[in-house]
Amino acid sequence: MSHGNKNRKRLGATAALAVLVPLALAACSGSDEDGGGDASAAVDSLTVLDYYNDEPAKTQIGDMLSACGTSIGVAKVDHQSVPGPTLIQKVLQQASSKTMPDVLMLDNPDIQQIAATGALAPLSDFGLNADGFAKGPVAAATYQDKLYALQPGANTIAIYYNKDILSAAGVEPPKTWDELKTAAKKLTKGSQYGFAFNATADYEGAWQFLPPMWTNGGDETQLKSPQVAQALQLWKDLVDSGSASKSVINWSQADVNDQFIAKKAAMMLNGPWQTPNLVKAKINYGVVPFPVNQAGQTSTAPLGGEAWTVPLTSSEAKMKKAAELVACMNTDENQLKRAKEGGIVPTKLALADKYKAENPTMVGFVEPVANARSRTGKLGDKWPDQAKIIYTGMQQVLTGQAAPADAMAKAGAS
Amino acid sequence: MRKEAIAKVLFVVPAALAIVFLFGYPVVKNAVMSFQDYGLRTFFTGRADWIGLDNYVTVMNENVFGKAVLNTALFTVGSIVGQFVIGMLLALFFKKNFPLNGVLRALFLLPWLLPLIVGSAAWRAILEQDSGIVNVMLRNLGIIDTPIPWLTSPDVALIAVILVNIWLGIPFNLTLLYSGLQDIPDELYEAGALDGANGWKAFWYITWPQLRAVVSITLMLGVIYTLKVLDIILGLTKGGPADATQTIALQSYQHSFVQFKFGQGAALSNILIVISLVFAVVYLRVNRRRIDE
Repeated sequence: MSHGNKNRKRLGATAALAVLVPLALAACSGSDEDGGGDASAAVDSLTVLDYYNDEPAKTQIGDMLSACGTSIGVAKVDHQSVPGPTLIQKVLQQASSKTMPDVLMLDNPDIQQIAATGALAPLSDFGLNADGFAKGPVAAATYQDKLYALQPGANTIAIYYNKDILSAAGVEPPKTWDELKTAAKKLTKGSQYGFAFNATADYEGAWQFLPPMWTNGGDETQLKSPQVAQALQLWKDLVDSGSASKSVINWSQADVNDQFIAKKAAMMLNGPWQTPNLVKAKINYGVVPFPVNQAGQTSTAPLGGEAWTVPLTSSEAKMKKAAELVACMNTDENQLKRAKEGGIVPTKLALADKYKAENPTMVGFVEPVANARSRTGKLGDKWPDQAKIIYTGMQQVLTGQAAPADAMAKAGAS
Repeated sequence: MRKEAIAKVLFVVPAALAIVFLFGYPVVKNAVMSFQDYGLRTFFTGRADWIGLDNYVTVMNENVFGKAVLNTALFTVGSIVGQFVIGMLLALFFKKNFPLNGVLRALFLLPWLLPLIVGSAAWRAILEQDSGIVNVMLRNLGIIDTPIPWLTSPDVALIAVILVNIWLGIPFNLTLLYSGLQDIPDELYEAGALDGANGWKAFWYITWPQLRAVVSITLMLGVIYTLKVLDIILGLTKGGPADATQTIALQSYQHSFVQFKFGQGAALSNILIVISLVFAVVYLRVNRRRIDE
């Protein structure tokens, strides 16, 4: 081909141009908006990123942040919210472009994963600690013995029961697994199931399996233990006996709530964020902690909820103010306010009595939250690997692909 | 350089830039990532160690990999056969003149216009085991006694997912094949009719050969689109029950955006790219042979 050489030269010129353009762009965006490493410099604005993307939470959090800004002498708090599933992706983009916010909200099981990357500042650097907080939120926020986040309020999951249906059937809310199975069986008739839970092949399904697993003494570091197998057996018994729908393996927690509202489930495993929907649907419900397998066990459910962190940025002064903002979001007054608004429980144990008195519908959650266990407390940033094994094993049991005793091994547990 | 030459370069530059940035960069980056320990940390520290083929070895040794490959094949073949046959039959049907032809054809495009996430959510409700409309209908008609566990049994879920994907792919096949049919001159059929080629014979000796170019592009695009289907499966089953609907595309997504093991996710998507490339090469070969003929 006679044109080959010429073409190649042109291609070379184009390629050179192509390489130069992004370099020029990078040079433009490379400069930081604040070069100040001076800790005493005045700070007039802070950026905050969270996933409180829906009303009313978005406005409530925004107002609380602004009020806190004013109280610590920061004129403007720039509050940005993104949809929940996109938060981590947004943080990753910001991390690679060095535009992390001054204050970052994280879902509690994500804290250690992000802390492990070195993106967050230890809160002790700013004189903050978590004295008086429940143990769950502290464990979730601690990575390699350092505290990286403060979580103002927490939720967990517990048994919701329809008071009308249970009293009509003469059934008491269950306190043991046997009672749960008999109650669920008795409450199953026609198109109504006794119990509903979520067993999807994702983190949500894994989170719902933790109450039976942990309450029975199972542990995420030893998934092949008999305690875990017994918990799997409980889920299997409920489905095999027809007391829970086979569809649980495809129901999200929102679907489970819909079933409960439609009176197609007399009891369900769910969390307090469903309360507004239940109230709106005028369901007469009660809440009890997840039952125990044997006497002497403590009902243990997983810790839910979000915490505030301070990412490492180039400005010492801003990080210091950001830590003050995090502290302000965690004052007694703000914990109580946020808990009431958001249907969560304050994480400071001393606030429990006052909170119970002011929020009678939430009383059933105060004790479960105080005992709630963090998913990442033992495994830290290795939790996602185990969670995947948990939900895979659980699905294999519920679909009859594996027996409870060897499901976790089959799913990859070591 | 002469003016003309400069002009030529200027015309080429936008397209070249688009190709380099929108095609070249992602593909190269993806290839490089698949040989690196590319995780969450990389985004913060910029560090991604070179680990050779480790990512490929890891993902291919996972229990679920064999199943994902098999499911990808079954899902692709099942979807394509279903979509193509139904799309072809509908295209032939709509070629006839009858009242409301246009309206009906437009209605068949609906699945295409519906956002995938809406479509899959609707299908999840439709296929629900206890109260989904499909089971209720089949039961009321006396066709089944016990509800079919569409999305909850590992034996049925893949079939259900394929059925939904067929529903989704019909408009694409129908549209392409229908427009292909429009291009076949009526004279051919008239001449064929004189020689006694009607009905099935007309299809086999006139329609099919004339349509071959359209058929091959429809099938090739169909295969590539189907290989990388993600949203439908995510919306319907999330890969469950018990990994029964895992595919390579879904595995790639889950490694990258659920487990944040971007290197492993990239390795899986490269495997998928290679499979797609094979089909693209086959298509080019077939096409060239036809041109040579």
